[in-house]
Amino acid sequence: MVAFGGWDMPVQYSGIVREHKAVRTGVGLFDISHMGEIEVRGPQSVDLIDSICSNRAASLRDGQAQYSGLLNPGGGFVDDLLVHRLAADRYFLCVNAANQEADFRWFCANNRFEAEVEFASDRYAQLAIQGPMALTVASRLTDLDLAAMRYYWFAHGDFAGAPSMVARTGYTGEDGFEVYLPPSSAERAWHAILDAGAPESILPCGLGARNTLRLEAAMSLYGHEIDAQTTPYEAGLGWIVKLAKARFCGRDALARQKAEGVARKIAGFQMTARGIARDGYRVMAGGEAIGHVTSASPAPHLGKNIGLCMLPVGYCGIGQPIAIEIRGRNVAAKIVPTPFYRRKRH
Amino acid sequence: MEYPPEYRYTREHEWIRIDGDVATVGITHHAQDQLGDVVFVEFPEVGTKLQAEGAFGAVESVKAVSDIYSPISGDVTQVNAELEDAPERVNEDPHGAGWLIRMTVYDTGELDGLLTAQQYAEYVAAETGG
Repeated sequence: MVAFGGWDMPVQYSGIVREHKAVRTGVGLFDISHMGEIEVRGPQSVDLIDSICSNRAASLRDGQAQYSGLLNPGGGFVDDLLVHRLAADRYFLCVNAANQEADFRWFCANNRFEAEVEFASDRYAQLAIQGPMALTVASRLTDLDLAAMRYYWFAHGDFAGAPSMVARTGYTGEDGFEVYLPPSSAERAWHAILDAGAPESILPCGLGARNTLRLEAAMSLYGHEIDAQTTPYEAGLGWIVKLAKARFCGRDALARQKAEGVARKIAGFQMTARGIARDGYRVMAGGEAIGHVTSASPAPHLGKNIGLCMLPVGYCGIGQPIAIEIRGRNVAAKIVPTPFYRRKRH
Repeated sequence: MEYPPEYRYTREHEWIRIDGDVATVGITHHAQDQLGDVVFVEFPEVGTKLQAEGAFGAVESVKAVSDIYSPISGDVTQVNAELEDAPERVNEDPHGAGWLIRMTVYDTGELDGLLTAQQYAEYVAAETGG
């Protein structure tokens, strides 16, 4: 168990590699109850959200979710989050555990819209069912028509015996569902999901596999690829910036950066010599440190040693040779396209 | 877990076995269990002179890197090259086929400072709180 944002969480149950492969080829179950929830209510909820988030919540329809950035005035991330529209005057936000208090304060500080902002984390546990067999397993546990649910949509209903919100979202690069439910129902639901998934050999998965899965899919992790000093453009998340919408926090800085172009950005790399890069290692070229590794690990499904790093844009071309400094030695690597892994869509 | 009684152990979770004037060094069952799936072993060059308690390489799992320290002083005579293609041996048989290096022994007196199997088992139990 490790301490994570005030929670004791298992890094692994049966082994990171085994859990990782279960999610890529079958199905895995994650307890991600540490994630934070914030609810925003009132007729101008969407105006509050769109005043501090980079994506356009106003384009959401009831039952639809959106990945977005909660930004500071410099265009850096206060957090990244999922915005769910429950109704025109009700939104449900899923945020990172470690940032949830700061997020809540940022929403309150910017609330010129008479919205009701509720810190709702204590009311929700969250379980994620992920993998190509997730639909098969999850469908046994609810009357909701999950097969008809589109990616980044959600619905409310009974799930594994608990009143739940079930969203077709995830952080693994696979199809799957994230289920928000009352904490008092979570343990029973956990066991019910494991029982229902037994024919598919469902495996409980820990934080370790969650990290390697999201890294193969090149999804950002707060404190690694994104932070208060990093903008969505630098993180390769320009698609969540809607400069055309009305003013929002960080917009001026982002508009300027878009016009001028970024000086540095996140790039994917693969080790070409024997060695494993790790978070924080220095990236070298021509004997000079040119940047740092933001996330890196062996990639269990791909069988390669991969990573993401923050580099001057001049070094980010595909095939660019770089080196990673590993315990004082420069070990060869090269820039490769991201995501490292992309699932086959049916 | 049974720790072989003829081995000696370090508080950094290495074991050492003496056969005549050759010592074999590996990491313990407890160490591999804590690391999880071992995916890479970084070896010293054969001929490297090791100091007792000096780091000589690293064992890496998916999640973590762990430095390996030499239990005693000596020269590296062989590394377990089989682990380059099969690092999982360290998990499967940490006290046997998953050995890391062989080395000469300068001073067998250094072994006296190491833990016996029973002492090591008690050390692990205390460290893990049970």
